[in-house]
Amino acid sequence: MRRAEIITAGVLALFSIYIMWKSGQPAWEGIAWFDNIGYVSGEGPGTGFWPFWLAGIMLASCIWIMVNWWRRSSPPSRSEEQFLDAHGIEMLIKVGGGITALIGMVHFVGMYGSIPIFMFYYLHFLGRHRLTTTLAVSLGAPVVTFFFFDVAMRIVLPKGYLEPLFIPLYAIFL
Amino acid sequence: MEILGHLADGMLASFEPLNLMMIFIGVTVGLFIGAMPGLGSVNGVAILLPATFLVPPATAMIFLAAIYYGAMYGGAISSITLGIPGASTAVATTFDGRPLALKGKADQALVTAAVASFVGGSVANILFTAFAPPLAAVALSFGPPEIFALMLLAFATFVGLGGDDIPKTILSICLGLVLAAVGFDEISGAPRLVFFEITGFLHGINFLVLAIGVYGIGEMLWTINATRGEATMTDTEITPRRVLIAVKESFTAWRGMAIGSSLGFFVGILPAAGATPGSLMAYGLTKMTAKNPENFGKGALNGVSAPEAANNAASAGSMLPMITLGIPGSPTTAVLLGGMVIWGLQPGPRLFTDQPDFVWPLIGSLYVSNLMAMVVNLAFIPLFLWMLRMPFTILAPIIFVLSVVGGYAATQDMHDIWLMLIFGIGAFMLRLLDYPLAPAVLAIVLGPQTEETLRQSLLISSGDPMIFLNRPIAGPITVIAVILIVLPAINLIRRKLKARSAA
Repeated sequence: MRRAEIITAGVLALFSIYIMWKSGQPAWEGIAWFDNIGYVSGEGPGTGFWPFWLAGIMLASCIWIMVNWWRRSSPPSRSEEQFLDAHGIEMLIKVGGGITALIGMVHFVGMYGSIPIFMFYYLHFLGRHRLTTTLAVSLGAPVVTFFFFDVAMRIVLPKGYLEPLFIPLYAIFL
Repeated sequence: MEILGHLADGMLASFEPLNLMMIFIGVTVGLFIGAMPGLGSVNGVAILLPATFLVPPATAMIFLAAIYYGAMYGGAISSITLGIPGASTAVATTFDGRPLALKGKADQALVTAAVASFVGGSVANILFTAFAPPLAAVALSFGPPEIFALMLLAFATFVGLGGDDIPKTILSICLGLVLAAVGFDEISGAPRLVFFEITGFLHGINFLVLAIGVYGIGEMLWTINATRGEATMTDTEITPRRVLIAVKESFTAWRGMAIGSSLGFFVGILPAAGATPGSLMAYGLTKMTAKNPENFGKGALNGVSAPEAANNAASAGSMLPMITLGIPGSPTTAVLLGGMVIWGLQPGPRLFTDQPDFVWPLIGSLYVSNLMAMVVNLAFIPLFLWMLRMPFTILAPIIFVLSVVGGYAATQDMHDIWLMLIFGIGAFMLRLLDYPLAPAVLAIVLGPQTEETLRQSLLISSGDPMIFLNRPIAGPITVIAVILIVLPAINLIRRKLKARSAA
């Protein structure tokens, strides 16, 4: 895990530097960069003060973590075991990939299309449940979600290209 | 003494059939809304406000207050059973509630949460009834410097939550505070930290995006990885007898209830702060003053009772400025205030004298709602535990779907869902390296208010930082907060120096 620790500390340090740079960005044309970081006397801190100095503390913490890594004083920097073994990577790809697909499909077939597809994928392929259980849960989930969120709480979920199918349902329930 | 007479009249009024039925429906609806991640009492109260135009104003108010109370009870349910905080008020309940559920003691945790909520609500109700006008005066004297000092105190009380690795904890807190700063700057109106010029960041990063990403997606990925995908949740049997035993057992967590009720009520009556900082501070303070602080975070009952008592006490407390001063104490009471104006009532000091038929049934109904919410909560515990007994491979995708839909319900923007996914996967990887993420979630919850009050205070004092020490209320609080922040660090350094000289 040593390699993962130093890489993560490095990535976080780069992210901190990015935040420090971004917080100096002027809000409008005509103001210089990094004009808003300081303390305006008589008024208090400028807009960039808070994120800039906080990101500075983050950078200092990353450097501290790197020093600890070099001195081997924190448990992850000492352990020689793998960050994610083969099973872990496989699970991350299957589950993480599934959720990514769940969110990605929302843009096309909406929530009510992607939820049953995701549930079917997870229950049947990853969970290896029987087809009856899989179909019951996969088809039940969007129905329950519709009645709870769309009808009861009136929070309209994205429907994507399936929107025309819902118009009669809106007429009945909403 | 006439207060007791009014209160008795009020309670009698709340026992009328229509009012009683509204209390029951309100509490049950509130319970389920509060239990759903992404939805909170604000959603329930806002949606059901128009439905109340059919009934007299007092009944309508009783109904909405019952929903408010029920949602405070319900937030603990998803925190304990799913590990996802249902609302910002229930974040602190996940710290010890989730480990208890993983140890097979979910029923104990749920019962303790219910009992603590009842105690917190009851204590707050009594304080409300007795001390409404003088407390309102105290609440009015809290300005931005005092609120900032209180926020500093809140951060001080959970500096100890990060564990041993100090730089990673500091990084986590600062990351949360920076993420809270994304979006439009409150004071100047300028856009800030719009990463890669993506317009979705202009409305800021909602705390729920980080919280559901970390606790919903990140936690699930962690469990799948740690248990090799073969996890089974708890296997507890539930009978009425076990519930009664659990109720008795929950009273061993009386310290958390005491601290939570008093601190929660006090923080709740302040117009700006509400149940969220109250529950976090109650958790931190209970942990700091405990005999075995290292048990917190691993399943200490006091760690469940403190925030739960606090958030119920705070929700009762936040009704106080609303009724006595016409200033909403929290977003939900802002909606309630709107309702009162629609019904033609005028909130303020004269409400007690001009409309006693409205105020006292409401106050009386708070006691009844509290009791009924606890009973309903306890009755539904078998249902919540049944949810836990589902095989993990069915529960996991349901939690993922709930995270995605709940996250969407909070902000109605798909950009936030993608952000949630990135936070979730990032949180999973950081957790493998022992980075604590609870401080980041706490920082993003309290961050906006902290920065805003800091800059408002400095604007009031024309840039003079001494304002935090000069004012009579802010001064002592600031000093205590600074001591509490510095003390653990000094202790840790002293311990390490001693260990090094001994080695």
